[in-house]
Amino acid sequence: MTLGIVMLVHDALDRAEQIARHWATNGCPVVIHVDKRVKRPIYSGFVNSLNDLDNVMFCGRHRCEWGTWSLVAASQTASEMMLRNFDDVRHVFLASGSCLPLRPIEEMVEYLADRPLTNFIESVTTEDVPWTVGGLDHERFTLRFPFSWKRQRHLFDAYVKLQRRVRLKRKVPDGIVPHLGSQWWCLTRQTLSAILEDPERENYDRYFKKVWIPDESYYQTLVRLYSTNIESRSLTLSKFDFQGKPHIFYDDHLQLLRRSDCFVARKIWPRADKLYTSFLSDAAKLMTGAEPNPGKIDRIFSKAVERRTKGRSGLYMQSRFPNEGWENGTTCAQYSVFEGFSELFEDFDQWLNRMVGARVHGHLFGPDKVAFANGQAVFSGALYESAAVRDYNPKAFLTNLIWNTRGERQCFQFGPRDTQDLSWFMAKDPNAQISVISGAWAVPLFHSNKNFSDIRREAARLQKIEAEHLSVLRSNYSKARVRIWTMAEFIENPMEPLQTIVDEIGARSAHRLAEAPKMVPLEGFGQFLQNLKNQGMHPHLMGDFPTGSDPVYNPRKARKPYLVK
Amino acid sequence: MSVIKSYRLRLRRKRWQARAFRKRRELATVVDRTEQIKPGGVLLFSTLRNEKIRLPYFLKYYRDMGVTHFLIVDNDSDDGGREYLESQPDVSLWTTTGSYKRSRFGVDWLNWLMRKYAHDHWSLVVDPDEFFVYPFCDTRPLQALTDWLDASGIKSFGAMLLDMYPKGRMDAQPYREGQNPIDIACWFDSGNYMIEKNTRFRNLWIQGGPRTRVFFADAPERAPALNKIPLVKWQRSYTLESSTHMLLPRTLNVTYDEWGGEKASGCLLHAKFLDTFSAKAAEELERGQHYAASHEYRAYHTHLKDDPNLWCKWSEKYINWRQLEILGLMSKGNWA
Repeated sequence: MTLGIVMLVHDALDRAEQIARHWATNGCPVVIHVDKRVKRPIYSGFVNSLNDLDNVMFCGRHRCEWGTWSLVAASQTASEMMLRNFDDVRHVFLASGSCLPLRPIEEMVEYLADRPLTNFIESVTTEDVPWTVGGLDHERFTLRFPFSWKRQRHLFDAYVKLQRRVRLKRKVPDGIVPHLGSQWWCLTRQTLSAILEDPERENYDRYFKKVWIPDESYYQTLVRLYSTNIESRSLTLSKFDFQGKPHIFYDDHLQLLRRSDCFVARKIWPRADKLYTSFLSDAAKLMTGAEPNPGKIDRIFSKAVERRTKGRSGLYMQSRFPNEGWENGTTCAQYSVFEGFSELFEDFDQWLNRMVGARVHGHLFGPDKVAFANGQAVFSGALYESAAVRDYNPKAFLTNLIWNTRGERQCFQFGPRDTQDLSWFMAKDPNAQISVISGAWAVPLFHSNKNFSDIRREAARLQKIEAEHLSVLRSNYSKARVRIWTMAEFIENPMEPLQTIVDEIGARSAHRLAEAPKMVPLEGFGQFLQNLKNQGMHPHLMGDFPTGSDPVYNPRKARKPYLVK
Repeated sequence: MSVIKSYRLRLRRKRWQARAFRKRRELATVVDRTEQIKPGGVLLFSTLRNEKIRLPYFLKYYRDMGVTHFLIVDNDSDDGGREYLESQPDVSLWTTTGSYKRSRFGVDWLNWLMRKYAHDHWSLVVDPDEFFVYPFCDTRPLQALTDWLDASGIKSFGAMLLDMYPKGRMDAQPYREGQNPIDIACWFDSGNYMIEKNTRFRNLWIQGGPRTRVFFADAPERAPALNKIPLVKWQRSYTLESSTHMLLPRTLNVTYDEWGGEKASGCLLHAKFLDTFSAKAAEELERGQHYAASHEYRAYHTHLKDDPNLWCKWSEKYINWRQLEILGLMSKGNWA
């Protein structure tokens, strides 16, 4: 008893010849169907190249087109010829010209001999398949598809639409339940002959001629009528991408294919010389006896599909530039924005750096230049400190920074003196952690040695900018983790908010904060605010500072928690 | 996009075609081996001037990659490059003394040659200092890529220009003929690129890299464009709009995904910044034949006079395409 190969060929005939020869010389009779679109002289050259083998035959030719009945017709003609001419064939295996056997043929024959009644054909009901191209699943069986999807796409779509509109439906013939699956199968003589010799066949054929992609459903459906011994998987390793076209294997997949232990793989690139020579050579005759295990290949290809459909979030590049709302994460990692902290505390940057394992920058969006950590002029990814370049495309600047520093959290200072272009962007970004001490921008003014009228004007400007920024942060569209304290609120008890923020970033050690940042002197700040008020300006973002009584800074050390040992 | 706007683009395309037809008279055939072009072959188009020293490695690089025929316009070279190219068995060569600037920086010439010879061929348009890198280029020939693009119904393949530079002074290590220039200029900027969408032509406009960082830090809007679409399954009706930065019809420019996914893309390693550069820059400045009154060359000249060094602490050293893919400069898309 042996295995018969039905081979559908339409191009790369030199490779097809090589594969047919391989099957035939290893004792498997081969019946080849060559697409009628292959020109006559080329066809006869192909036939001649194989005429030294008496177990290779050529069947009548059909003009084949993807997704149409012609492919089923081709396999029927070839299968009939196979069953008629080779009596000792027990299993018939459907292959294409670009299928490559990965394991010794004897091993495959043995494997099938151990399972003499099993049909290997993927066959799943329409409700259970995730892979449907063009949004058609059960409609494949209830609509008519007289037009070519590849050549007459507009007609195809229009006719589908029309049928949906007028609710035109076909009746599925009695007794069959539509099933789908990979078109590459391996059936027993018993089952295959039952399908081909069924008195109802004409009926079924007429129905399936108008089904879409019948080669994925004809045998898959009918096999359910004649056999209960079905192993619903294909022996051919064949992976499809998101558009429903097969992934192609190249020389660099050699090791991967070896380790898959699959019997046959498709589709092989015709010029993958290394694959052909190594799998068709005698050295490949090592018997392993292992069960096919395509898991690893599955992972690689499903990753490729994910990359094509979802992409790497937070990445903007030449072949991924999502429309707004389709970014799947506008930035690639979490980052922290501090507003008012460096104004209120001396050396806040260094303190934060000691507390958390993160990169702490100054005012990245400062008006004169980008203040990268440690005063560097250039930073990760060769981002440059030029404010002109940054402001030319601030969104690119921030997304680049976060992308370049994947694996390291970025913290930076922000305030009303800075470029505000990204206010909305950051507010809408769930990766942003924004902590604001509102009104703290007044502290540098308070310490500055400027004319009071200038101070007043500047204070009014900054307050307006910050008020606008805060309304953005508080808007309904804001998705960032935003915390806002007025300055008065904050200095009453600074440790608790600091602790919360640091905990969220992920402190170096899980302990309570042992060290508080040093606050700038604020004696006279209340009076300063009162002076602004007296000049007719109303500083409201700082909260309530009573005149005369200066803010009391109370860096209470948090009490140690009780420990029960 | 209204019907009127798209019709305007069509007229524009026709105009470039007519212009290319007119400019064909500026081209004199040096050697025409185009009968060698077979269906399925990948063609390479280039315009050059005085690049003799780069040519041996350039030809070798692309021959090894799988380019089957080179179609080159020589713009009045006087360094022996023309004679060298003429003697190569797989090169067809045209020469011209016409103005580079008035042929829209060589685009008219190439439009003509491509219309005549590139129909239905995958065509790569690159300069002699540009080295195409695509996913799996170390294990799969160019034909594997073009076959895959054909099977996927993709007509154009984007590859961003990635400026490469040496560490230290540009003139410290002289480039020898036949040498891989990336051995010298092996550093690049990995993450300072800025992208904007051009709604009219639908291409992305990419700027950044060392040239923006060093030469145009104060005027980034003038920095050169880095977006390129060098590999196209050419049809008679296509035209280069502005070198390979933009093509017409504009659907060819959509080499990026707008719905969050990544399309496959490559990079053009740009080995412009070698010791040969300062002489070249001086010459080009004098000729004044480059884009936008050669302001680019003027900027190079002023900056490089004193300190010809583009390297910085955060420069990345080039290893292979996988590194570029991990850094997010190019992508495998769904090619696996």
